[in-house]
Amino acid sequence: MKKAVLGIEGTAWNLSVAIVNEKDVISEATDMYVPPSGGIHPREAAQHHAKYASLMVKKALDEAQEKGIEVSDIDAISFSQGPGLGACLRTVATAARMLAITLDVPLVGVNHCLAHVEVGRWKTPADDPVTLYVSGANSQVLAYRMGKYRVFGETLDIGLGNALDKFARSAGLSHPGGPKIEQLAGKSDNYIPMPYVVKGMDLSFSGLSTAATESLTKYPLEDVCHSLQENAFAMVVEVTERALAHTEKNEVLLAGGVGANARLREMLDIMCEDRGASFYVPEKRFMGDNGAMIAYLGLLMYEAGDTLDIGDSHVNPNFRPDAVDVSWRE
Amino acid sequence: MYLTRGAEATVKLENELIVKERVPKRYRLKELDERIRKERTKAEARLISEARRLGIPTPIIHDIQNSTIVMQYVPGTPLKHVIDESLSQQLGELVGRLHTGGIIHGDLTTSNLLHYKDRIYMIDFGLAFMDPGIEAKGVDIHVLFQTFESTHHNHEALTYAFCRGYRQTCENAEEVLERVKEIEKRGRYA
Repeated sequence: MKKAVLGIEGTAWNLSVAIVNEKDVISEATDMYVPPSGGIHPREAAQHHAKYASLMVKKALDEAQEKGIEVSDIDAISFSQGPGLGACLRTVATAARMLAITLDVPLVGVNHCLAHVEVGRWKTPADDPVTLYVSGANSQVLAYRMGKYRVFGETLDIGLGNALDKFARSAGLSHPGGPKIEQLAGKSDNYIPMPYVVKGMDLSFSGLSTAATESLTKYPLEDVCHSLQENAFAMVVEVTERALAHTEKNEVLLAGGVGANARLREMLDIMCEDRGASFYVPEKRFMGDNGAMIAYLGLLMYEAGDTLDIGDSHVNPNFRPDAVDVSWRE
Repeated sequence: MYLTRGAEATVKLENELIVKERVPKRYRLKELDERIRKERTKAEARLISEARRLGIPTPIIHDIQNSTIVMQYVPGTPLKHVIDESLSQQLGELVGRLHTGGIIHGDLTTSNLLHYKDRIYMIDFGLAFMDPGIEAKGVDIHVLFQTFESTHHNHEALTYAFCRGYRQTCENAEEVLERVKEIEKRGRYA
Protein backbone atom coordinates (compact mmCIF):
# COMPACT_ATOMS: atom_id res chain seq x y z
CA MET A 1 0.00 0.00 0.00
CA LYS A 2 1.35 3.40 -0.99
CA LYS A 3 1.71 5.98 1.71
CA ALA A 4 -0.54 9.03 1.54
CA VAL A 5 -0.17 12.39 3.29
CA LEU A 6 -2.64 15.22 3.65
CA GLY A 7 -1.00 18.66 3.60
CA ILE A 8 -2.36 22.12 4.39
CA GLU A 9 -0.94 25.35 2.98
CA GLY A 10 -2.01 28.74 4.30
CA THR A 11 1.00 31.04 4.76
CA ALA A 12 -0.65 34.01 3.06
CA TRP A 13 -3.74 34.48 0.91
CA ASN A 14 -4.12 30.97 -0.42
CA LEU A 15 -5.71 28.18 1.61
CA SER A 16 -5.08 24.83 -0.02
CA VAL A 17 -5.48 21.24 1.14
CA ALA A 18 -4.10 18.32 -0.82
CA ILE A 19 -3.58 14.59 -0.52
CA VAL A 20 -0.61 13.05 -2.32
CA ASN A 21 1.21 9.77 -2.57
CA GLU A 22 4.64 9.13 -4.06
CA LYS A 23 3.20 8.90 -7.51
CA ASP A 24 0.93 11.87 -7.79
CA VAL A 25 -1.49 14.39 -6.35
CA ILE A 26 -4.64 12.49 -5.46
CA SER A 27 -6.82 15.44 -4.59
CA GLU A 28 -6.55 19.17 -3.96
CA ALA A 29 -9.05 21.75 -2.73
CA THR A 30 -8.19 25.43 -2.73
CA ASP A 31 -9.89 28.64 -1.68
CA MET A 32 -8.17 31.96 -2.12
CA TYR A 33 -8.66 34.99 0.10
CA VAL A 34 -9.31 37.97 -2.15
CA PRO A 35 -9.11 41.36 -0.44
CA PRO A 36 -11.99 43.73 -1.37
CA SER A 37 -9.33 46.36 -2.13
CA GLY A 38 -5.59 46.90 -1.59
CA GLY A 39 -3.31 44.18 -0.27
CA ILE A 40 -3.68 41.27 2.15
CA HIS A 41 -4.87 42.10 5.65
CA PRO A 42 -3.30 39.33 7.78
CA ARG A 43 -6.24 39.10 10.21
CA GLU A 44 -8.83 38.93 7.47
CA ALA A 45 -6.81 36.30 5.61
CA ALA A 46 -6.60 34.25 8.82
CA GLN A 47 -10.35 34.56 9.34
CA HIS A 48 -10.86 33.39 5.78
CA HIS A 49 -8.66 30.34 6.42
CA ALA A 50 -10.53 29.56 9.67
CA LYS A 51 -13.84 29.76 7.87
CA TYR A 52 -12.89 27.50 4.97
CA ALA A 53 -10.37 25.07 6.50
CA SER A 54 -12.83 22.31 7.40
CA LEU A 55 -14.65 22.65 4.10
CA MET A 56 -11.41 22.35 2.08
CA VAL A 57 -10.29 19.35 4.14
CA LYS A 58 -13.66 17.70 3.50
CA LYS A 59 -13.49 18.43 -0.22
CA ALA A 60 -9.98 16.98 -0.48
CA LEU A 61 -11.00 13.87 1.48
CA ASP A 62 -14.17 13.38 -0.60
CA GLU A 63 -12.27 13.70 -3.85
CA ALA A 64 -9.67 11.21 -2.63
CA GLN A 65 -12.39 8.78 -1.60
CA GLU A 66 -13.79 8.86 -5.13
CA LYS A 67 -10.34 7.69 -6.23
CA GLY A 68 -10.31 4.89 -3.68
CA ILE A 69 -8.24 6.54 -0.94
CA GLU A 70 -10.06 6.38 2.39
CA VAL A 71 -9.50 8.60 5.44
CA SER A 72 -7.94 5.58 7.11
CA ASP A 73 -5.32 5.42 4.34
CA ILE A 74 -3.83 8.76 5.38
CA ASP A 75 -0.49 8.17 7.09
CA ALA A 76 0.36 11.69 8.25
CA ILE A 77 -0.76 15.34 8.27
CA SER A 78 1.62 18.06 7.16
CA PHE A 79 1.29 21.83 7.33
CA SER A 80 3.19 24.99 6.43
CA GLN A 81 5.02 25.83 9.63
CA GLY A 82 6.45 29.03 8.15
CA PRO A 83 7.55 31.45 6.90
CA GLY A 84 4.38 33.42 6.50
CA LEU A 85 1.84 35.66 8.17
CA GLY A 86 1.61 34.68 11.84
CA ALA A 87 -2.17 34.75 12.10
CA CYS A 88 -2.60 32.60 8.97
CA LEU A 89 0.07 30.12 10.07
CA ARG A 90 -1.54 29.66 13.48
CA THR A 91 -4.95 29.00 11.96
CA VAL A 92 -3.61 26.35 9.60
CA ALA A 93 -1.47 24.76 12.32
CA THR A 94 -4.55 24.44 14.54
CA ALA A 95 -6.44 22.65 11.77
CA ALA A 96 -3.48 20.32 11.15
CA ARG A 97 -3.04 19.44 14.83
CA MET A 98 -6.73 18.70 15.18
CA LEU A 99 -6.67 16.40 12.16
CA ALA A 100 -3.56 14.60 13.37
CA ILE A 101 -5.10 14.00 16.80
CA THR A 102 -8.47 12.92 15.38
CA LEU A 103 -6.96 10.49 12.86
CA ASP A 104 -4.22 9.49 15.33
CA VAL A 105 -1.42 9.94 12.79
CA PRO A 106 1.91 11.83 13.01
CA LEU A 107 2.18 15.56 12.34
CA VAL A 108 4.84 16.98 9.99
CA GLY A 109 5.93 20.65 10.02
CA VAL A 110 7.05 21.80 6.58
CA ASN A 111 9.17 24.79 5.57
CA HIS A 112 7.14 26.57 2.91
CA CYS A 113 10.14 27.66 0.80
CA LEU A 114 11.58 24.14 0.69
CA ALA A 115 8.18 22.74 -0.32
CA HIS A 116 8.38 24.96 -3.42
CA VAL A 117 11.79 23.48 -4.24
CA GLU A 118 10.80 19.87 -3.60
CA VAL A 119 7.60 20.00 -5.63
CA GLY A 120 9.70 21.34 -8.51
CA ARG A 121 12.15 18.45 -8.15
CA TRP A 122 9.17 16.09 -8.11
CA LYS A 123 7.29 17.50 -11.08
CA THR A 124 10.18 18.43 -13.38
CA PRO A 125 13.33 16.49 -14.37
CA ALA A 126 15.40 18.82 -12.14
CA ASP A 127 17.60 16.78 -9.81
CA ASP A 128 19.98 19.12 -8.00
CA PRO A 129 19.08 22.62 -9.15
CA VAL A 130 19.80 26.17 -8.15
CA THR A 131 16.28 27.38 -7.36
CA LEU A 132 15.10 30.92 -7.96
CA TYR A 133 12.10 31.32 -5.68
CA VAL A 134 10.25 34.56 -6.31
CA SER A 135 6.87 35.30 -4.79
CA GLY A 136 5.17 38.18 -3.03
CA ALA A 137 7.13 38.03 0.17
CA ASN A 138 10.06 35.87 -0.87
CA SER A 139 12.97 36.33 -3.24
CA GLN A 140 15.65 33.76 -2.68
CA VAL A 141 18.24 31.79 -4.56
CA LEU A 142 18.58 28.38 -2.95
CA ALA A 143 20.79 25.37 -3.55
CA TYR A 144 21.46 22.14 -1.68
CA ARG A 145 24.86 21.70 -0.08
CA MET A 146 26.05 19.60 2.81
CA GLY A 147 22.74 18.63 4.41
CA LYS A 148 20.98 21.93 4.01
CA TYR A 149 19.38 24.15 1.43
CA ARG A 150 21.62 27.18 1.54
CA VAL A 151 20.42 30.66 0.71
CA PHE A 152 22.92 31.96 -1.83
CA GLY A 153 21.19 35.25 -2.32
CA GLU A 154 18.04 36.93 -1.10
CA THR A 155 16.28 40.22 -0.89
CA LEU A 156 17.49 42.57 1.82
CA ASP A 157 14.15 44.33 2.01
CA ILE A 158 10.91 43.37 0.22
CA GLY A 159 10.11 40.44 -2.05
CA LEU A 160 10.01 40.91 -5.82
CA GLY A 161 6.26 40.28 -5.95
CA ASN A 162 5.72 42.83 -3.22
CA ALA A 163 7.77 45.40 -5.12
CA LEU A 164 5.61 44.85 -8.21
CA ASP A 165 2.40 44.96 -6.16
CA LYS A 166 3.43 48.12 -4.33
CA PHE A 167 4.12 49.85 -7.62
CA ALA A 168 0.89 48.50 -9.12
CA ARG A 169 -1.17 49.92 -6.25
CA SER A 170 0.39 53.36 -6.61
CA ALA A 171 -0.28 53.18 -10.37
CA GLY A 172 -3.94 52.42 -9.65
CA LEU A 173 -3.79 48.82 -10.89
CA SER A 174 -5.81 46.30 -8.89
CA HIS A 175 -4.41 43.32 -6.96
CA PRO A 176 -2.62 41.19 -8.06
CA GLY A 177 -0.50 43.69 -9.94
CA GLY A 178 2.06 41.37 -11.55
CA PRO A 179 -0.01 40.17 -14.52
CA LYS A 180 -1.22 43.70 -15.25
CA ILE A 181 2.32 45.05 -15.20
CA GLU A 182 3.38 42.25 -17.53
CA GLN A 183 0.62 43.04 -19.97
CA LEU A 184 1.38 46.77 -20.01
CA ALA A 185 5.14 46.13 -20.26
CA GLY A 186 4.50 44.21 -23.47
CA LYS A 187 3.25 47.37 -25.11
CA SER A 188 6.49 49.32 -24.70
CA ASP A 189 10.12 49.05 -25.63
CA ASN A 190 11.13 52.42 -24.32
CA TYR A 191 13.54 51.84 -21.45
CA ILE A 192 13.86 54.39 -18.64
CA PRO A 193 17.00 53.95 -16.49
CA MET A 194 16.17 52.74 -12.98
CA PRO A 195 18.19 51.65 -9.94
CA TYR A 196 19.81 48.24 -10.34
CA VAL A 197 20.70 47.07 -6.85
CA VAL A 198 22.71 43.85 -6.59
CA LYS A 199 24.91 43.70 -3.49
CA GLY A 200 27.11 40.69 -3.99
CA MET A 201 24.57 37.91 -4.10
CA ASP A 202 21.83 39.92 -2.44
CA LEU A 203 19.10 42.11 -3.83
CA SER A 204 17.13 45.18 -2.90
CA PHE A 205 13.82 46.09 -4.50
CA SER A 206 12.26 48.81 -2.38
CA GLY A 207 14.25 51.64 -4.01
CA LEU A 208 13.39 50.34 -7.46
CA SER A 209 9.69 50.21 -6.60
CA THR A 210 9.81 53.81 -5.37
CA ALA A 211 11.77 54.99 -8.42
CA ALA A 212 9.19 53.37 -10.70
CA THR A 213 6.37 55.10 -8.84
CA GLU A 214 8.14 58.46 -9.17
CA SER A 215 8.69 57.90 -12.90
CA LEU A 216 4.91 57.82 -13.38
CA THR A 217 4.79 61.61 -13.17
CA LYS A 218 7.10 61.89 -16.20
CA TYR A 219 6.60 58.82 -18.36
CA PRO A 220 3.75 56.71 -19.77
CA LEU A 221 2.66 53.78 -17.59
CA GLU A 222 3.66 51.22 -20.27
CA ASP A 223 7.25 52.53 -20.35
CA VAL A 224 7.52 52.42 -16.57
CA CYS A 225 6.14 48.86 -16.40
CA HIS A 226 8.57 47.75 -19.10
CA SER A 227 11.57 49.35 -17.36
CA LEU A 228 10.58 48.07 -13.93
CA GLN A 229 10.31 44.50 -15.21
CA GLU A 230 13.55 44.65 -17.17
CA ASN A 231 15.46 45.97 -14.16
CA ALA A 232 13.94 43.74 -11.51
CA PHE A 233 14.17 40.53 -13.54
CA ALA A 234 17.72 41.20 -14.74
CA MET A 235 18.70 41.55 -11.07
CA VAL A 236 17.28 38.16 -10.02
CA VAL A 237 18.65 36.44 -13.14
CA GLU A 238 22.09 37.88 -12.43
CA VAL A 239 22.09 36.51 -8.88
CA THR A 240 20.83 33.14 -10.11
CA GLU A 241 23.70 33.03 -12.59
CA ARG A 242 26.19 33.90 -9.87
CA ALA A 243 24.86 31.07 -7.70
CA LEU A 244 25.18 28.67 -10.65
CA ALA A 245 28.79 29.70 -11.17
CA HIS A 246 29.56 29.54 -7.46
CA THR A 247 27.97 26.12 -6.81
CA GLU A 248 29.01 24.68 -10.18
CA LYS A 249 25.56 23.16 -10.61
CA ASN A 250 23.96 22.93 -14.05
CA GLU A 251 20.21 23.15 -13.47
CA VAL A 252 17.93 26.06 -12.67
CA LEU A 253 14.46 25.64 -11.21
CA LEU A 254 11.95 28.47 -11.10
CA ALA A 255 9.44 28.59 -8.23
CA GLY A 256 6.91 31.01 -6.77
CA GLY A 257 4.05 33.11 -8.11
CA VAL A 258 6.22 35.67 -9.94
CA GLY A 259 7.50 32.72 -11.99
CA ALA A 260 4.31 32.97 -14.03
CA ASN A 261 5.81 35.98 -15.84
CA ALA A 262 6.80 35.09 -19.42
CA ARG A 263 9.56 37.71 -19.65
CA LEU A 264 11.24 36.41 -16.50
CA ARG A 265 11.13 32.87 -17.90
CA GLU A 266 12.57 34.06 -21.18
CA MET A 267 15.47 35.81 -19.44
CA LEU A 268 16.26 32.75 -17.32
CA ASP A 269 16.03 30.58 -20.39
CA ILE A 270 18.56 32.74 -22.26
CA MET A 271 20.92 32.82 -19.27
CA CYS A 272 20.77 29.02 -18.95
CA GLU A 273 21.28 28.52 -22.66
CA ASP A 274 24.40 30.72 -22.60
CA ARG A 275 25.79 28.83 -19.59
CA GLY A 276 24.90 25.39 -20.88
CA ALA A 277 22.53 24.77 -17.97
CA SER A 278 19.06 23.21 -18.06
CA PHE A 279 16.08 25.33 -17.10
CA TYR A 280 12.98 23.84 -15.48
CA VAL A 281 9.58 25.33 -14.74
CA PRO A 282 6.85 23.22 -13.12
CA GLU A 283 3.32 23.53 -14.46
CA LYS A 284 1.40 26.53 -13.18
CA ARG A 285 -0.52 24.78 -10.39
CA PHE A 286 2.78 23.94 -8.66
CA MET A 287 4.32 27.43 -9.07
CA GLY A 288 2.29 29.55 -6.67
CA ASP A 289 1.39 28.47 -3.14
CA ASN A 290 -0.37 25.11 -3.21
CA GLY A 291 -1.36 22.31 -0.84
CA ALA A 292 0.23 19.62 -2.99
CA MET A 293 3.75 20.86 -2.30
CA ILE A 294 3.13 20.86 1.45
CA ALA A 295 1.66 17.35 1.29
CA TYR A 296 4.55 16.14 -0.88
CA LEU A 297 7.36 17.46 1.33
CA GLY A 298 5.29 16.17 4.27
CA LEU A 299 5.41 12.74 2.66
CA LEU A 300 9.19 12.89 2.15
CA MET A 301 9.72 13.97 5.75
CA TYR A 302 7.29 11.40 7.12
CA GLU A 303 9.13 8.65 5.27
CA ALA A 304 12.39 9.93 6.75
CA GLY A 305 10.84 9.78 10.24
CA ASP A 306 10.99 13.56 10.50
CA THR A 307 7.72 14.16 12.41
CA LEU A 308 6.69 16.54 15.20
CA ASP A 309 5.18 16.15 18.64
CA ILE A 310 2.10 18.34 18.99
CA GLY A 311 3.88 20.22 21.78
CA ASP A 312 6.73 21.18 19.41
CA SER A 313 4.51 22.20 16.53
CA HIS A 314 4.46 25.96 17.09
CA VAL A 315 4.59 28.04 13.91
CA ASN A 316 7.53 30.24 12.90
CA PRO A 317 6.69 33.33 10.81
CA ASN A 318 10.43 33.82 10.07
CA PHE A 319 11.22 30.15 9.40
CA ARG A 320 14.36 30.25 7.26
CA PRO A 321 14.92 27.46 4.74
CA ASP A 322 18.57 27.23 5.80
CA ALA A 323 17.46 26.46 9.36
CA VAL A 324 16.17 23.05 8.25
CA ASP A 325 18.36 19.97 8.55
CA VAL A 326 17.36 18.08 5.43
CA SER A 327 16.32 14.57 6.45
CA TRP A 328 14.96 13.45 3.09
CA ARG A 329 17.93 13.80 0.74
CA GLU A 330 21.21 11.97 0.41
CA MET B 1 44.47 31.61 -21.61
CA TYR B 2 41.23 31.92 -19.64
CA LEU B 3 41.77 31.85 -15.88
CA THR B 4 38.08 32.05 -15.04
CA ARG B 5 34.87 32.46 -16.93
CA GLY B 6 32.75 33.70 -14.08
CA ALA B 7 29.15 34.70 -14.07
CA GLU B 8 29.99 38.27 -14.93
CA ALA B 9 33.37 38.52 -16.55
CA THR B 10 36.07 36.53 -18.27
CA VAL B 11 39.54 36.79 -16.85
CA LYS B 12 42.40 36.06 -19.20
CA LEU B 13 46.12 35.89 -18.59
CA GLU B 14 47.95 37.67 -21.41
CA ASN B 15 51.68 38.46 -21.26
CA GLU B 16 51.73 38.04 -17.48
CA LEU B 17 48.88 40.52 -17.11
CA ILE B 18 45.26 40.00 -16.14
CA VAL B 19 42.71 41.10 -18.73
CA LYS B 20 39.28 41.26 -17.20
CA GLU B 21 36.39 41.81 -19.55
CA ARG B 22 32.77 42.12 -18.58
CA VAL B 23 30.85 40.02 -21.05
CA PRO B 24 27.52 41.09 -22.53
CA LYS B 25 24.47 39.37 -21.08
CA ARG B 26 21.89 38.51 -23.68
CA TYR B 27 19.14 38.22 -21.08
CA ARG B 28 19.50 41.89 -20.22
CA LEU B 29 18.19 44.71 -22.36
CA LYS B 30 21.15 45.96 -24.43
CA GLU B 31 20.93 49.49 -23.08
CA LEU B 32 20.77 48.32 -19.46
CA ASP B 33 23.51 45.76 -20.05
CA GLU B 34 25.95 48.27 -21.52
CA ARG B 35 25.27 50.76 -18.76
CA ILE B 36 25.94 48.20 -16.04
CA ARG B 37 29.12 46.82 -17.62
CA LYS B 38 30.62 50.24 -18.26
CA GLU B 39 29.71 51.62 -14.85
CA ARG B 40 31.07 48.59 -13.04
CA THR B 41 34.33 48.59 -15.01
CA LYS B 42 35.03 52.25 -14.27
CA ALA B 43 34.07 51.93 -10.62
CA GLU B 44 36.14 48.79 -10.23
CA ALA B 45 39.35 50.35 -11.57
CA ARG B 46 38.95 53.46 -9.47
CA LEU B 47 38.25 51.58 -6.26
CA ILE B 48 41.05 49.03 -6.74
CA SER B 49 43.51 51.92 -6.78
CA GLU B 50 41.78 53.65 -3.88
CA ALA B 51 41.91 50.49 -1.74
CA ARG B 52 45.60 50.17 -2.49
CA ARG B 53 46.14 53.63 -1.12
CA LEU B 54 44.47 52.48 2.12
CA GLY B 55 47.11 49.74 2.44
CA ILE B 56 45.07 46.82 1.18
CA PRO B 57 46.88 44.47 -1.22
CA THR B 58 45.16 44.77 -4.63
CA PRO B 59 46.40 44.32 -8.21
CA ILE B 60 48.07 47.31 -9.90
CA ILE B 61 45.98 48.74 -12.76
CA HIS B 62 47.70 49.01 -16.15
CA ASP B 63 44.92 50.05 -18.52
CA ILE B 64 41.16 50.59 -18.79
CA GLN B 65 38.93 50.43 -21.89
CA ASN B 66 35.12 50.31 -22.19
CA SER B 67 34.40 47.15 -20.22
CA THR B 68 37.96 45.84 -19.94
CA ILE B 69 40.59 46.30 -17.26
CA VAL B 70 44.23 45.27 -17.67
CA MET B 71 45.97 44.70 -14.34
CA GLN B 72 48.73 42.96 -12.43
CA TYR B 73 48.60 39.16 -12.14
CA VAL B 74 48.58 37.89 -8.54
CA PRO B 75 49.33 34.13 -8.62
CA GLY B 76 47.61 33.40 -5.28
CA THR B 77 45.25 30.70 -3.99
CA PRO B 78 41.55 31.54 -3.57
CA LEU B 79 40.92 32.01 0.13
CA LYS B 80 38.04 29.56 0.00
CA HIS B 81 40.56 26.72 -0.32
CA VAL B 82 42.85 27.77 2.50
CA ILE B 83 40.85 29.85 4.95
CA ASP B 84 41.35 29.17 8.65
CA GLU B 85 40.82 31.25 11.78
CA SER B 86 44.11 33.07 11.51
CA LEU B 87 43.48 34.12 7.89
CA SER B 88 39.92 35.06 8.77
CA GLN B 89 41.21 37.41 11.46
CA GLN B 90 43.71 38.89 8.99
CA LEU B 91 40.83 39.36 6.57
CA GLY B 92 38.82 41.12 9.28
CA GLU B 93 41.64 43.62 9.72
CA LEU B 94 41.77 44.32 5.97
CA VAL B 95 38.01 44.76 5.63
CA GLY B 96 38.08 47.06 8.66
CA ARG B 97 40.69 49.21 6.96
CA LEU B 98 38.71 49.23 3.72
CA HIS B 99 35.53 50.27 5.52
CA THR B 100 37.26 52.96 7.52
CA GLY B 101 38.31 54.39 4.16
CA GLY B 102 34.64 54.42 3.13
CA ILE B 103 34.91 51.67 0.51
CA ILE B 104 32.39 48.85 0.32
CA HIS B 105 33.64 45.84 -1.65
CA GLY B 106 30.14 44.69 -2.60
CA ASP B 107 31.03 41.08 -3.34
CA LEU B 108 33.10 39.84 -0.44
CA THR B 109 33.22 36.12 -1.07
CA THR B 110 36.08 33.78 -0.33
CA SER B 111 36.51 33.33 -4.10
CA ASN B 112 37.32 37.02 -4.46
CA LEU B 113 40.21 36.93 -2.02
CA LEU B 114 43.63 35.50 -2.87
CA HIS B 115 46.25 34.23 -0.49
CA TYR B 116 49.69 35.12 -1.82
CA LYS B 117 53.04 35.39 0.01
CA ASP B 118 51.41 35.59 3.46
CA ARG B 119 49.16 38.41 2.37
CA ILE B 120 45.50 38.48 1.40
CA TYR B 121 44.83 40.24 -1.90
CA MET B 122 41.40 41.64 -2.58
CA ILE B 123 40.32 41.23 -6.17
CA ASP B 124 37.12 41.78 -8.12
CA PHE B 125 35.92 45.20 -7.06
CA GLY B 126 33.23 44.96 -9.71
CA LEU B 127 30.39 45.72 -7.33
CA ALA B 128 32.36 48.03 -5.04
CA PHE B 129 31.18 51.51 -4.14
CA MET B 130 31.87 54.37 -1.72
CA ASP B 131 29.58 54.59 1.29
CA PRO B 132 30.52 55.75 4.80
CA GLY B 133 27.25 54.40 6.31
CA ILE B 134 26.80 51.58 8.81
CA GLU B 135 24.21 49.82 6.66
CA ALA B 136 26.46 49.36 3.61
CA LYS B 137 29.30 48.04 5.76
CA GLY B 138 26.88 45.68 7.46
CA VAL B 139 25.62 44.32 4.14
CA ASP B 140 29.21 43.91 2.93
CA ILE B 141 30.04 41.71 5.92
CA HIS B 142 26.69 39.91 5.72
CA VAL B 143 27.59 38.79 2.19
CA LEU B 144 30.92 37.43 3.42
CA PHE B 145 29.35 35.63 6.37
CA GLN B 146 26.85 34.05 4.01
CA THR B 147 29.64 32.55 1.95
CA PHE B 148 31.26 31.32 5.19
CA GLU B 149 27.99 29.69 6.09
CA SER B 150 27.20 28.25 2.70
CA THR B 151 30.63 26.87 1.85
CA HIS B 152 32.63 26.30 5.03
CA HIS B 153 31.94 23.77 7.77
CA ASN B 154 33.45 25.74 10.63
CA HIS B 155 31.76 29.01 9.76
CA GLU B 156 31.13 30.07 13.36
CA ALA B 157 34.82 30.03 14.26
CA LEU B 158 35.65 31.91 11.04
CA THR B 159 33.01 34.53 11.79
CA TYR B 160 34.33 34.99 15.30
CA ALA B 161 37.93 35.37 14.12
CA PHE B 162 36.88 37.83 11.44
CA CYS B 163 35.14 40.03 14.01
CA ARG B 164 38.25 40.02 16.19
CA GLY B 165 40.31 41.39 13.30
CA TYR B 166 37.64 43.82 12.18
CA ARG B 167 37.42 45.40 15.64
CA GLN B 168 41.13 46.21 15.49
CA THR B 169 40.97 48.38 12.38
CA CYS B 170 37.41 49.64 11.92
CA GLU B 171 36.34 52.79 13.74
CA ASN B 172 32.75 51.82 14.39
CA ALA B 173 33.15 48.04 14.39
CA GLU B 174 30.66 47.31 17.18
CA GLU B 175 27.91 49.28 15.50
CA VAL B 176 28.57 47.57 12.16
CA LEU B 177 28.69 44.04 13.61
CA GLU B 178 25.46 44.72 15.51
CA ARG B 179 23.88 45.77 12.19
CA VAL B 180 25.06 42.55 10.54
CA LYS B 181 22.95 40.57 13.02
CA GLU B 182 19.97 42.78 12.27
CA ILE B 183 20.36 42.32 8.50
CA GLU B 184 20.41 38.55 8.92
CA LYS B 185 17.05 38.67 10.64
CA ARG B 186 15.57 41.09 8.18
CA GLY B 187 15.27 38.86 5.10
CA ARG B 188 11.53 38.52 5.05
CA TYR B 189 8.25 39.69 6.48
CA ALA B 190 10.18 42.49 8.07
